[in-house]
Amino acid sequence: MPVKDYLRERFFPHMWCPGCGHGTILNALIHAVEGLGLNKNEIVMVSGIGCSARISGYVDFHSLHTIHGRALTFATGVKLSKPNLKVIVPMGDGDALAIGGNHFIHAARRNIDITAIVMNNRIYGMTGGQFSPLSGPGVKATTAPYTTIDSSFDVVQLAKAAGASFVARSTAFHVKEATEMLTKAITHKGFSVVEILSQCPTHFGRKNKEGDAVNMLNLYKDNTAKLGSKALEEKPHLIPRGIFVDSERPEYCEEYDKIIAAAMKEKAS
Amino acid sequence: MSKKIRFIQGNEACVEGALYAGLDFYAGYPITPSTEIAEHLSERLPQVGGKFIQMEDEIASMCAIIGASLTGKKVMTATSGPGFSLKQEAIGYACMAEIPCVIANVQRGGPSTGNPTHVSQGDINQARWGTHGDHAIIALTASNHQDVFRITVDAFNLAETYRTPVILLFDEVIGHMREKLVIPEKGEVEIVDRLRTSVPKDVDYHPYLPREDGRLPMSDFGGEHRYNVTGLFHDMWGFPSNNPKIVNDLLRHLVDKIDNNVHTITRYKEHFLEGAEYIMVSYGSSARSAIHLAQNRRNKGEKIGVLELQSIWPFPTELVKEKCANAKAVLVVEMNMGQVLAQVKAAVRNPDRVFLVNRIDGKLITPTDIKQLLRVIQGRGV
Repeated sequence: MPVKDYLRERFFPHMWCPGCGHGTILNALIHAVEGLGLNKNEIVMVSGIGCSARISGYVDFHSLHTIHGRALTFATGVKLSKPNLKVIVPMGDGDALAIGGNHFIHAARRNIDITAIVMNNRIYGMTGGQFSPLSGPGVKATTAPYTTIDSSFDVVQLAKAAGASFVARSTAFHVKEATEMLTKAITHKGFSVVEILSQCPTHFGRKNKEGDAVNMLNLYKDNTAKLGSKALEEKPHLIPRGIFVDSERPEYCEEYDKIIAAAMKEKAS
Repeated sequence: MSKKIRFIQGNEACVEGALYAGLDFYAGYPITPSTEIAEHLSERLPQVGGKFIQMEDEIASMCAIIGASLTGKKVMTATSGPGFSLKQEAIGYACMAEIPCVIANVQRGGPSTGNPTHVSQGDINQARWGTHGDHAIIALTASNHQDVFRITVDAFNLAETYRTPVILLFDEVIGHMREKLVIPEKGEVEIVDRLRTSVPKDVDYHPYLPREDGRLPMSDFGGEHRYNVTGLFHDMWGFPSNNPKIVNDLLRHLVDKIDNNVHTITRYKEHFLEGAEYIMVSYGSSARSAIHLAQNRRNKGEKIGVLELQSIWPFPTELVKEKCANAKAVLVVEMNMGQVLAQVKAAVRNPDRVFLVNRIDGKLITPTDIKQLLRVIQGRGV
């Protein structure tokens, strides 16, 4: 199926700024879905609030644009009530890990079969450039005119510790790699997390003198390295990209089916 | 076949009603005094192939049931004061996106942590206006277990009919008290399922285009029609819009679909109202004391009765006005600082003759509490 058939052209042009990385992530995601040959009727995309969250309106899947930080909880309701659906949850960094932090770790703990994508631009874009829990220290933002003093979460480590059974990281520069990771994440049985660094030239880039979108993309190329690569070994300060966790663990909906079987058996006896 | 008779708590009567109505999915978080609803459903739902999930918090529970409702399931959560506060944003989402769901609030003393194990009816206005923005809501209540069962079934029926959250405003006494419940046979009580679209595959389906009667047929997530659901103002496809006409029309639709049907939604009971000179307006566990008092005074020849409200929102203004038209005085019996009182005063012709009989100390209001004020109003001394 042509890639454009996965989009709702009626609702274009999209609302993202020129140079935003989110469109690239949408592109990677659509290619992953297309590559897997998934039926559009079987996919539910659930999102929260923020620039990232608008992604759900543009795809021709069942789409649920919810409230700030709670996308994973709506998604849990969708998935558990109809486990045959593929549930994909794109979130921004604030959405996923500030207001939504609790839901993030608990979805990972349950290992419910949902694909979470953290579109990490390290800033609240829609409200005009405030720092997020992924900004890290020393960053300028409209609410940090003297730079941030807050440490950031490491999404990969957090997801891993909370129990996610698939954890990966890529960037909007490494589109092919991101597409491959998303493909694996969607296929993976269990809670999967893919963090994709996404440039926000409008707010993060401008405030922090990182230049335009091209400059910011080049930074992703220069500041990251593949897991297990020589570059990473030589320069351990680089941000590692790759698949950090790919393991098997009992999946929540399947485990609940066992509860149903046991409850029905007990009632019958 | 003999009827199924149980001796149970009100919270379990609510569970029986929900299962009878066809509940498929429950998400919740433990909180006194509603926890028994979750406990019983964790046992009962999987026995009938339904799903129960204990979420990480109250907000998550509310959101999870909305997600499950979209796949075509009948859904519910239960909570109490603090949890009800936390759920408010998501309740507003369900109002805006028109997603059927039932929320039981077994009321306890507030504000804040308040009086967790004691009775109150302090969340009446929160049920109406707890979430931000203009909207309409349906809130129901009951004073005995047979009615708790019945009104719970009604809550599901109304949620599916009007595509709205419906709030069950029970209270600690009703929730924890034990009494008899006769469970009706299948088919004895009407069950309403949601209206689903007849638009065929590959034909443009408009999830938010009301029919002439104002109703919007739904399509389950996972079905042939893929559409957008959002808490933003949205057009007939569910796509975000801030077009003034779309915003205006949608908000009016959300309010009108419920407020214009107040007569259909209204549920109430009359106790000794025939020729009553003194009328007690009450609901929930307070109504039990009011009914008890009315019965006693009637036996002594006094013309006194009770109008028991079983639907609080939309408030049955016309009903209260009509029933209280010939009363010398109206006593609103409730366990708060006068939340239904304000509605009754606004409804009747002579608001100066409407009095509040309340108790707010965590103890159930008694017939004696009511009698003391009644004597003053009747001019019979303290």
